[in-house]
Amino acid sequence: MNLRSFLLRVAGVFRSERRDREFQAELESHIQLHIDDFVRSGMSPAEARRQALIKLGGIEQAREGWRRQHGLPAIESLAQDLRYAIRAMRKNPGFTCIALLTLTLGIGANTALFSVVNGVLLNPLPYPHSEQLAILYQKSPIADQGAVSYLNFLDWQRQNETFSSMAAFRWQSFNLTGEGEPTRVSGHEVSADFFPALDVKPVLGRLFTADEDRVGGAPVALIGGGLWKTRYGSSPTVLSRGITLSGVRYTIIGVIPESFLFYNGYGTQVWTPLGQWNDPTFRDRRVSMGLNVIGRLKTGVTLERARQDMQRVAHTLAEAYPDADKGAGLTLIPFKQDMVGDIAPFLFVLLAAVGFVLMIACANVANLMLARANVRAREFALRSALGASHGRLVRQLLSESILLGVAGGALGLALAAGGTRSILAILPDAVPRSQEISIDLRVLIFTVALSLLAGIGFGLVPALRVWRPNLTDALKEGGRSVAGSRGRAQNAFVVIEIATALVLLVGAGLMIRTLAALWSVDPGFVAHNALSFEIAMQPDLGSDPTHIRAELRKIHDAVRNQPGVVSASVLAGALPMHGDSEVPVWKEGEPKPATAAESKWTLFYGAEPDYLTAMGIHLLSGRFISEADSEHSPEVVVVDDYFAHKYFAGENPIGKRINVGMLDLKPEIIGVVGHVKQWGLDNDSTAKVQAQIYVPCTQIPDRFMPLVGNGISMVVRTAKDPDAQIPSVRKALASNNAQQVVYGAETLEEVIAGSLAARQFSMVLLGTFAALAVVLSSIGIYGVISYLVGQRIQEIGTRIALGAQRGDVVRLILGRGFALTMTGVGSGSVLALILSRQMKKIIYGVSPSDPATFAAVGLLLITIALLACFVPARRAMRVDPMIALRCE
Amino acid sequence: MGEGKDVRQGTLALMILKTLESMGSLHGYGIARRIEQTSGDLLSVNYGTLYPALLKLEQEGYIASEWGISENNRRARYYRLTRTGKKQVERETREWNETAAIVARFLNPEES
Repeated sequence: MNLRSFLLRVAGVFRSERRDREFQAELESHIQLHIDDFVRSGMSPAEARRQALIKLGGIEQAREGWRRQHGLPAIESLAQDLRYAIRAMRKNPGFTCIALLTLTLGIGANTALFSVVNGVLLNPLPYPHSEQLAILYQKSPIADQGAVSYLNFLDWQRQNETFSSMAAFRWQSFNLTGEGEPTRVSGHEVSADFFPALDVKPVLGRLFTADEDRVGGAPVALIGGGLWKTRYGSSPTVLSRGITLSGVRYTIIGVIPESFLFYNGYGTQVWTPLGQWNDPTFRDRRVSMGLNVIGRLKTGVTLERARQDMQRVAHTLAEAYPDADKGAGLTLIPFKQDMVGDIAPFLFVLLAAVGFVLMIACANVANLMLARANVRAREFALRSALGASHGRLVRQLLSESILLGVAGGALGLALAAGGTRSILAILPDAVPRSQEISIDLRVLIFTVALSLLAGIGFGLVPALRVWRPNLTDALKEGGRSVAGSRGRAQNAFVVIEIATALVLLVGAGLMIRTLAALWSVDPGFVAHNALSFEIAMQPDLGSDPTHIRAELRKIHDAVRNQPGVVSASVLAGALPMHGDSEVPVWKEGEPKPATAAESKWTLFYGAEPDYLTAMGIHLLSGRFISEADSEHSPEVVVVDDYFAHKYFAGENPIGKRINVGMLDLKPEIIGVVGHVKQWGLDNDSTAKVQAQIYVPCTQIPDRFMPLVGNGISMVVRTAKDPDAQIPSVRKALASNNAQQVVYGAETLEEVIAGSLAARQFSMVLLGTFAALAVVLSSIGIYGVISYLVGQRIQEIGTRIALGAQRGDVVRLILGRGFALTMTGVGSGSVLALILSRQMKKIIYGVSPSDPATFAAVGLLLITIALLACFVPARRAMRVDPMIALRCE
Repeated sequence: MGEGKDVRQGTLALMILKTLESMGSLHGYGIARRIEQTSGDLLSVNYGTLYPALLKLEQEGYIASEWGISENNRRARYYRLTRTGKKQVERETREWNETAAIVARFLNPEES
């Protein structure tokens, strides 16, 4: 077949009516010519016509042969099958609706989740050659993935041989003042290589130069496209204008594309040069002030090769600066993994779960199709008797199921488009990169493939069933005689459905237990009726420590005096579950540890006397910081019981002195308080640094006071709803000092919930999927038992007529349902035992084979399944023996 | 009927083309009769199979058709060779001769 004829034949599929008439005329003329010839040779016209038709081999056959050549029979019969399938679906709206609904839910849920997996895990990050990007952490005794000290970064940058560029960045938020109300904008201090390493070009202006990334460089800033739009109306003249960030006047030199996405989504709005920061602590090799490092590998360099290279650099540094870098190493992680790695195990479990839901949906539709195939057995037997080939009948059934699958897929896609958006709107923090999630080509291909696969999947079994029907039986008795073997397939489907539903229920159950376990973990503080927020102090506060201390007291008093506030405390250091600040400690009389590796480390909090009551932390012995502890009184410290047990095992720590490194304090321990789960409810017990010390805020040495002024937190205990307290606190602080900015206000309950967001997201989804699975499988078992009752109605009638009790009948029917359910629950339990082990990474406080969970969901499923069976069983009980027997 | 041999698949197309080459323009019935006559009535063409073959050749662009009036005043569809059809006749004839020659060597090995 050449191309021309192929195209003609494809076209022939459509415009065939006129050509049909023409061919009819041609055939007639052929016969006429033939008759003419016969008559000329002396035959009677009637005989001549007969002979001519015989020689032609039948008009219909000639026409059929011609038609076959005219179009493409495969396409034509497909079109025919589809037309027929649509007709059959329209004639049976109940079946169609249920099947479509089931498939829409199944495929929709899969599409939605796949679009999340696709957007978060599969798609590359939105930078050119993003696979070359890696994050470099400092590996130290206190953390595998720790922040990097600036001096170390500079040496890494100089000494490495495997990165084409390396850049440091540090999260920093600024008070944006000038026109209008002061606002807090999120930004990054970055080294000059930052944007070149990511290969991001400004939409306007230029990036930082190396000269601007040094102490004494010109005050310049880059702004984001979003800020450019909202604050400057996307005006190109922005480049000549200045911007006041935390009291410093910067010149805007460039605009970063609005589409620039980093860890915190599109949130970053300003960037300033990192290297201009001249704080001595920042330039202390032993201190890493939240600095992170990103590098772009040279083309062709593997991560492993880069690891070795950086190991070499780390060795050199450890020899050169043993007090800071001895025992320190590096951790290299692909950028994408660092950004989304934590969420991967959750998403894979969910994707598997949603796949199971689709499997149940398919089994259900297959069962419906089987039931229908039974009703249609006569139709198929008839068509087969009339010459339809088995292949053709199978194709017919498959086109029906694929049509259903594709229609379900289309609806599912619409559902997914809406569903994904609403889920992400409810839980925006649950997954990273959520702004990038969309239905792209890969998702479309996935859905189409899934729809076709589902269509073939649930269509194949009923289709194969008509492969070799017993013609005579089917024609004689309708569908009844093939019921036996069909019933087996139906039963198998129901068992699969129940087993799968059980697996999903176990998954959901384990997640619920995990969250329950986490919620019952004592965080070490009372989250109820408490709120926390951060304060950026007046930018031009200066570096006078007395001034800063006075300002801290003013802040405390302003908040404390608000009606509704029970107690309030400023906190320097990290809020629980938000971050951390570690310092080395050693006991009085012990030598100062020579290297970071040999030090004992502890978390450090600079607190006010009210911190204990504001947080609701227990005092175990001694006393907490009091008003009397000030910059003029002896240095004191309060430790937590973890610290006490770890460093003063068997001794009373109260009255002892410790040395606090970095801060150069030598305070006396005055009290022991309860431990706070700084690292989150689940991770705290595995964190490297768990010990905690509290130092009076006012006793933080003078030279660190400017850093304290840079950003402090506040914890407030309220009498009533803490959310309602936020505006008044905000107002109090504004009237205290109009240039202060309050941001990041959350209740402590929200802080805890935030740390559980990913788990909660998984629990909600797994629970939804499990519920869907239970509903679908109860419909499945209901259908099978109803069918069973329908099949055995005469038998039941006979039994009742012969004196069987109604209870016996119900027991008979329920017995069948029970047997199926138990088989499903049994095999499902085995499967769940195997699969739940994959959830180890995301569950907490419960074993993957938790007997209570298994027993509970098993019982739940059995109860629901039996309830579903009870409806048809009641119908069986009410069978009127006379009517049933008359049917025969 | 049935005394003659059925036409082998594939050879019918060549016979049609060859007939049209020698006769110029002809209707379907005429082509069928002509093939039977040329074979000395050894071949029996099932006239029904002729029309799909004609349609196929037309789709492939080797022949073209139009309505005309027959010698005894009947309306009939007349087929004729197109230019590519003429080339196709040459090509198929050559291929057929080659095949026939090869087969002949197998059938009469002593002659070669």
